[in-house]
Amino acid sequence: MIPLSYYLILSAILFCLGVAGFIIKTDVITVFISIELMLNGVNLSFVAFSHFLRDIGGNIFVFFVMVVAAAEAAVGLAIIIAVYRNRTTLNVDKMNLLKL
Amino acid sequence: MDLNLHLWTIPALCFSGFLLNLLFGRLWSRTAAAIVGVGVVGAAFLDALWVVSHWGSFVAPYLEIHRPWIQTGSLYIPFGFQLDQLSLVMLLIVTGVGFLIHLYSAGYMAHEGGFYRYFALLNLFMFFMLVLVLANNYLLMFIGWEGVGFASYMLIGFFFRRDSAASAGMKAFVVNRIGDFGFLLGLFLIFNHFGTFEFTRVFSQVKQLPVEAAWHWAGPLTIIALMLFVGATGKSAQIPLYVWLPDAMEGPTPVSALIHAATMVTAGVYMVCRSATIYDRAPFAGSVVLAIGALTALFAASIGLVQRDIKKVLAYSTVSQLGYMFMACGAMAYGAGVFHLMTHAFFKGLLFLGAGSVIHAMNGEQDMFRIQQMAPGGLRRYAPITFWTFVVATCAIAGIPGFSGFFSKDLILYSVLSGGNTLWWAVGTLAALLTSFYMFRAVFVTFFGEGEKSVHSAHPTGRESASVHDVAHDHETTGMAHAEGHGVPHESPLTMTLPLMILALLALGGGWVGIGDRFGHFLDPVFDTGVPRAAVSGITEGTVTLISVVMGLLGLAVAWFLYLRSKGTADKLAAAFSGLHRTLTNKYWVDEFYRAVIVVPLTAIARYILWKGVDSGLIDGVVNGVGGASQALSGGLRRQASGNLRSYASWIGAGAVLALLYVIVAGR
Repeated sequence: MIPLSYYLILSAILFCLGVAGFIIKTDVITVFISIELMLNGVNLSFVAFSHFLRDIGGNIFVFFVMVVAAAEAAVGLAIIIAVYRNRTTLNVDKMNLLKL
Repeated sequence: MDLNLHLWTIPALCFSGFLLNLLFGRLWSRTAAAIVGVGVVGAAFLDALWVVSHWGSFVAPYLEIHRPWIQTGSLYIPFGFQLDQLSLVMLLIVTGVGFLIHLYSAGYMAHEGGFYRYFALLNLFMFFMLVLVLANNYLLMFIGWEGVGFASYMLIGFFFRRDSAASAGMKAFVVNRIGDFGFLLGLFLIFNHFGTFEFTRVFSQVKQLPVEAAWHWAGPLTIIALMLFVGATGKSAQIPLYVWLPDAMEGPTPVSALIHAATMVTAGVYMVCRSATIYDRAPFAGSVVLAIGALTALFAASIGLVQRDIKKVLAYSTVSQLGYMFMACGAMAYGAGVFHLMTHAFFKGLLFLGAGSVIHAMNGEQDMFRIQQMAPGGLRRYAPITFWTFVVATCAIAGIPGFSGFFSKDLILYSVLSGGNTLWWAVGTLAALLTSFYMFRAVFVTFFGEGEKSVHSAHPTGRESASVHDVAHDHETTGMAHAEGHGVPHESPLTMTLPLMILALLALGGGWVGIGDRFGHFLDPVFDTGVPRAAVSGITEGTVTLISVVMGLLGLAVAWFLYLRSKGTADKLAAAFSGLHRTLTNKYWVDEFYRAVIVVPLTAIARYILWKGVDSGLIDGVVNGVGGASQALSGGLRRQASGNLRSYASWIGAGAVLALLYVIVAGR
């Protein structure tokens, strides 16, 4: 059997890569990709626990996460398109109208 | 006892005069203001006489306790008045001489501005002074003490538009305050030891205590006595706190007569006499009082020798005579001190009022030598009543036999000597010589002159004291181009000369009550403190009297010689002893010394350390610093809200990590 820790470590690596990409990348689409990566890393962790604890609830939760991810991707892309139409740039640094 | 003397009415009358003139004086005519101002004091005097008429129908001290003022815990201070022999004498002096001076003021101040304010303040002063002498406890006496200091400040600075007057008022108040610091320490110690401030209770406890050793300066009674005496040096202008009195001559002359000759400055003497029980048991303090009194008497008399302003001569004379009173107190001859207080009120009050009459006649001129020039033939021919009353007072102060001052001063010197203090007796006798000299000098310069009495005489207006200038002797009157003002020097009106004459009678005859020590025996019950007074000397009173009379006459003779007979000699002597003369003219540079040692460092500390350092630097720094710090903090924090998406994301990530760490660590 593959030990649980391998799955968890992989999940952690995926999550951290997602966070890194989220923080470092300047292109909005890439930021979204990183968000998906984070979510999938967490999904992997849920599935691994579900298998090892023999609880089906982990898998069910993965479905929830995927649904949320999909909805969020749809809404997020709609926002990006709206922003692009206003600003003709996808550089996340230029979307700074929230400052005080 | 059933007898109710209503002592409170006496000060209350004066206070009502103050209120009336304060509130309505603006609306009344001058005559009305004067009638109110003089009338209430006259009524107070009659009230005092009525009180005196009941003397003998009660056992002294008569106590009149009204409602309590402070009553907390063990501290009980009533508004209470006390009448015994000592306060009776003081009461009569204050109201009697006060009334005469009020009457005089009505004439003297007739042409001055601020007429009703003057009478309001003078009445206020009378109120506080009466509270002071009638109080039955130290703290009520202190109210009066402070109040007369305040009234004195207001009255010295009466001509407030004049810088020198305003400064003199402040100087008087501040120097007085320094003395009051010592007085307060004495009061605190009294309460600490005896638990009460009331005279009867304090003294009955003090009488249980033994007499402290003569060398022991730190015994409880001695410290109390010394602290109280510090207050007395401030109020009664002794060394080292006398410096305000000469400057106080900036005030109107009747003020100088009332406050700085007859009444306020005697408050210190009254207080020491009242505390005789304490001083008798504190011989070290007694010696200090005696020493300072004697030294002040001599010191001030020496400065008075060279003064040109007639009021300054009298001011230094007052300081000197107060020294005599303290000498008596220090030698445990309190009765003699009070006797001299009384005669001094008469003759010094008369001298000041006479000086005021002179100044009035000469339209504001105060320099004696200029007066001599400006009144050809001598002022005595123009203002005879002023002249003769002034002469009577001068004879009194010089100790010419028969006049009042002779009896009182002589009694003091004899008491001092018979206590074994030969050195201080000699100092006092020397001071008597100087006193006689400078007083007769004042008479001969002011009232005698060359030439024919003229009907036309021009002299300058103005009320400032004369500045120093050289005097040659029989040069013609120079600079008399402006002939403004009254014109010829003239006698004063009746409202001024009547008090002069009454005081002259008192100065002449006021001493006869002291014959055979009748006055002293009258006061004895007050000063029966349970400490026997040892009479030590072998010299009879006759010899002492003879020496004092010789001194008085010698001073007269020297003054006559230097200022009437051989006029150039005074200046030649001044030139020959120029160093000494300069020292005396500069008042031993005491004011400059105080300025350099006390005033300048204090103002430097106040300005640089306390103002710039603490107030601007520290306190403002803290307050501004709080504002600045919050600005800096917010400036730093503000950067977080940059609008930059990635930094927001980073902060969220960092926060999540920290929360996770917390959960992991805290979960262990």
